[in-house]
Amino acid sequence: MSEDVYRVRLADIFEGPMDLLVFLIKKNEVNIYDIPIALITDQYLEYLNMMREMNIDVAGDFIVMAATLTHIKSRMLLPVHEEVEDADEDPRLEIARPLSEYIRIKEAVEKLGSRSILGEDTFVRCPGKGDEPSESPEEWVQVDLFELIEAFQRILKNISPEQRVDLTADRISVKDRISEIVNILEERESVTFDALFEGGVNRGMIVVTFLAILEMVRLALIRIYQQTETGIIRIFYQ
Amino acid sequence: MTQEIKYILESLLFVASEPLSMERMKKVLDNSETRLIREALNTLSEEYEARGGAFFLKEVAGGYQIRTRPEYSPWIKRLIQPAPARLSKAAMETLAIIAYKQPIIRNDIEHIRGVDCGGILRMLMEKKIIRVLGRKAIPGRPLIYGTTRQFLELFELKDLTELPTPEEVEALEAPKEIPEQLTFPEPEGAASNPPEIDPTKKA
Repeated sequence: MSEDVYRVRLADIFEGPMDLLVFLIKKNEVNIYDIPIALITDQYLEYLNMMREMNIDVAGDFIVMAATLTHIKSRMLLPVHEEVEDADEDPRLEIARPLSEYIRIKEAVEKLGSRSILGEDTFVRCPGKGDEPSESPEEWVQVDLFELIEAFQRILKNISPEQRVDLTADRISVKDRISEIVNILEERESVTFDALFEGGVNRGMIVVTFLAILEMVRLALIRIYQQTETGIIRIFYQ
Repeated sequence: MTQEIKYILESLLFVASEPLSMERMKKVLDNSETRLIREALNTLSEEYEARGGAFFLKEVAGGYQIRTRPEYSPWIKRLIQPAPARLSKAAMETLAIIAYKQPIIRNDIEHIRGVDCGGILRMLMEKKIIRVLGRKAIPGRPLIYGTTRQFLELFELKDLTELPTPEEVEALEAPKEIPEQLTFPEPEGAASNPPEIDPTKKA
């Protein structure tokens, strides 16, 4: 019984195949650029079998890694042919490179995790700016494309005639406008649909802004709600 | 005058809900000199240190913020019971990769971790720790990820250059490119997985 518990926990520890590999390498105290591939492959497969025995669903990623290891092992056994391209490259590099990268990241994780974390180790005076309009979700309804277009046409109608013939307008790309809107949303969490079209905007800018909003919805960067009473459309940062 | 600025700044820092940038402080103080403001902030910070009280002044996410000292967190947590801010191991790994390698696409993150990261990415997006920077102009136009200002606030970082360097492994100096053949195929339907938050449930 106690052994079972121990084993299940072992399997849970590993986030993925790389994690298991790092564990085996540390356990055997070997250099990642000189891995005894046969030994590590055997141990790796042993762990996989152990996990299977315990009816733990071994994810596909683990099996891909097993195949990679076995492949390297077989390449190590083959005689090296001179004429084969990069024959002098150690087949184990295929795994050593991503491994060293992964070990680096694990190191970074430790450093990052040891910092004072806001909301855990350190606090500020106004924690939680409040997540979107969660206090009264029923007051907001998700708007559809046609309501957006309607609002868009209303704004087009409202711009003054002289602005309509302004041909020397600064060009701004949809991409730039998206990043501008992201900046606004980072600052304020949410913004009204109309506010994005305020301040001496011309037709080109309006079109670009509208396209930017549509693109951002598609990228799931923002959510758009309309207040049932006032009809104000608000854009929330996802 | 310096005295006055110092306390004006203190009052601003006291009520501000997020790190106060130099620009905003300057605006409030009718374009006072940056040097004066910085001096006043330094004096404030020294005063807090000398007092050794519950809080300190910290430069974080491009601004200044008053924060409580870590030794008082157990008591604060009894008072407000915040949602756990600490991330799971898997989420930390994913986040670290994004922080150090941004801008980065999902496939490259999964290369390094060797596992599907869709659920974790979505969770980090929901917590606004990471954001989409755009799309990469390669087949499939994958999303490019980067960290947000909230990330800096969360880990008490001034800016991205303040990220701790993993020194011990520095010596290994791994080549940047990961061999093509090591691409791990994405499990089907991975994108529709619910956000993976529970670290114990990972495969």
